[in-house]
Amino acid sequence: MRQVNQVKLGEEFINKREHRESHDRCLWAARMRRDTVAASIPQWEEMRALASDIRKHVLSNLDQYLEQFAKNAESNGFHVHWAKDADEHNRIILDIFKKRDVKVVTKGKSMTMDECGMREFLEKEGIEINEADLGERIQQLDDQRPSHIVMPAIHKLRSDVADIFARKLGSDRDIDDPHYLNSVMRADMRKRYVRADAGMNGVNFGIAETGGITVCTNEGNADISANLPPLFVASMGIEKILPRQSDLALFIRLLSRSALGLDITQYTSHYHGPRKGQEAHIVILDNGRSDRLSSSDYWEVLKCIRCGTCMNTCPVFRRTSGISYDATYMGPIGIVLEPSYDLYKYARLPYSCTHCGSCGDVCPVQVPIPRLILYWRDVVVKQGYGETMHNLEQAAAEPILKNSRNLMLAEKIGLWALKNLPKGLTESPLLNPWAKEHTNPEPPKETFRQYYNREIKPQIDADGEKAGENK
Amino acid sequence: MKIGFFVPCYIDAICPEAAISTWKLLKKLGLDVEFIEGAACCGLPEHDMGYIEHSCAIEKGVAPFVADKAYDHVVVPSGICTGQFRMHFECAEQTPEVEHFRKTVCDPVELLHDILKIDELPGKPSFPHRVALHNGCHSLRYLHEARPSELMIKPFDKCADLLALVDGIEVGYAERRDECCGFGGAFSVWDAPCAGQQGRDKVSDYERQGFKYVTSQDMSCLLHQQTVARKNGLALQMFYITEILNGDAAKCAR
Repeated sequence: MRQVNQVKLGEEFINKREHRESHDRCLWAARMRRDTVAASIPQWEEMRALASDIRKHVLSNLDQYLEQFAKNAESNGFHVHWAKDADEHNRIILDIFKKRDVKVVTKGKSMTMDECGMREFLEKEGIEINEADLGERIQQLDDQRPSHIVMPAIHKLRSDVADIFARKLGSDRDIDDPHYLNSVMRADMRKRYVRADAGMNGVNFGIAETGGITVCTNEGNADISANLPPLFVASMGIEKILPRQSDLALFIRLLSRSALGLDITQYTSHYHGPRKGQEAHIVILDNGRSDRLSSSDYWEVLKCIRCGTCMNTCPVFRRTSGISYDATYMGPIGIVLEPSYDLYKYARLPYSCTHCGSCGDVCPVQVPIPRLILYWRDVVVKQGYGETMHNLEQAAAEPILKNSRNLMLAEKIGLWALKNLPKGLTESPLLNPWAKEHTNPEPPKETFRQYYNREIKPQIDADGEKAGENK
Repeated sequence: MKIGFFVPCYIDAICPEAAISTWKLLKKLGLDVEFIEGAACCGLPEHDMGYIEHSCAIEKGVAPFVADKAYDHVVVPSGICTGQFRMHFECAEQTPEVEHFRKTVCDPVELLHDILKIDELPGKPSFPHRVALHNGCHSLRYLHEARPSELMIKPFDKCADLLALVDGIEVGYAERRDECCGFGGAFSVWDAPCAGQQGRDKVSDYERQGFKYVTSQDMSCLLHQQTVARKNGLALQMFYITEILNGDAAKCAR
């Protein structure tokens, strides 16, 4: 299997200037809106700390809360299933659908299902899946994975969407007016909604005390998939639990403000069981979460509520787009999550970061992403997945950096080369990767040590001698 | 007050003027400053990339020189290296000397602003120009030298406070005032396309705001920004903060 090379894929996006600029502008605007709405709440930082504490409390008592949730959900009329991995998750859902002879499904957004490759799996089984989230549907029609967990098609321009709709839905390629495109999509999807035999959705929060689930959307698509068809299946990671209904007062306020800079999601839907005559299931997925929870270095990653704000703020993500991570989860949270699914495949992702720390400060539940990035780099190297080039450089640097005499010698050679070798050589991007994007620095007249030895040390020595004579 | 003066590897070799200005300023303030000649590197370049085995060797090499209770503070003219010592210097044996060092190590901004609490600068420096202040990410989010824009806390900015003591200066910011410029240590080589794009975005932000001068408490950011600017034909001049605070920048401002 090949490794994901985010740098190379990112470069492709960077070079698409119009796309990059639009992507960066849209997400930076979301970050700015987030700052404005967060600043309008005087207790914002206390809310982040409290949300982090509640998430930690849940994760520390997850077994009890899960049992409480499952018991209450069942008494609400949900069928509750436990899936230890993606395969089991997909098979459980396929079985449910086969029993009811399901042919057409309306599917809302679900990161858990994306993680399991649910759609592709069911499509192979001959089931028609229609994504109800507009961005997700655009990505489905384009046969490309989402580029952002909240805004799946944010890396596309309007003209790209017009092109896809023209190919797939027969619309006019030359009209990229959003109202027109929306009406084309609406006309197509409404026919599909009424044909659906089943609906599927993700879960933002499962409430232990009520056994209900809460889903936040801005398009109301969760309600289409949950309420219209006679059969409904929700998919939820084990970490999605909150203890009390009242905790939502905190988490809903944080979620949408962080995600999009909106005071609240347009639709916050609470399901407390199937409607009359409907059959409803909740599949609770582990897929490595228990292992993550048992790691004292890493368990806090499970606090994440999937708002995507770390992506909006990340300077690397905004310039390279989520497509370049070639993964279910992308951006800062992606580069610390994906290696836990497949270390070899995603070994390079933790290096797609400048350590600016913005993701840690913006996170509404204080996931310590910057620390987790360092954690994964350590693991990558220890497991022998370090880049060969890095291994060589780092091994060569150690003796120079641990001893000042060696450092001085290296400086002498380096500065001599800078001053005396032709620029064609020292600034050749082939020999000097720094020179791809930078000029070489102007070599200084002398290093600090040379200055010190010339200018300061003789003075100190003279003073010392004088002091000695005076004694 | 006895100060140990640690000069990071890249400052020594490529940006010695940052260390020279800092040295001179500390002397002018009447501090007993001693250059720690035997110390080479804090280990950040290796630690940062996950090569803990190598960073450990470097830490153990530097520990005997910097961890000395004779120093009230070790001053490091570089935000990233100060942060490395304070947060990650965990491989060297945590003797009382190492613990004292990690508690008291600081960068010049912290020394002047938090420890000495100066309200005037020696020699009445002036810098009669508009200058963009770039708070380096590590100084901002790990050393807490200003309010990061993400945090909804009372605004503060230690560098701006110190620069306000300079005659004639007008301090401003890039429009995206604390967005990372893309240096990120080895990142600037490892992910050159993205680092270059971030750098270009940063320097063109300065250009749009009409800045000719940029200052920061982190020379590593400026080294990146300066050489990206030059590669793209932009004539921005960049100074380490003590070059302005010590009056040296005014002499070489074009």
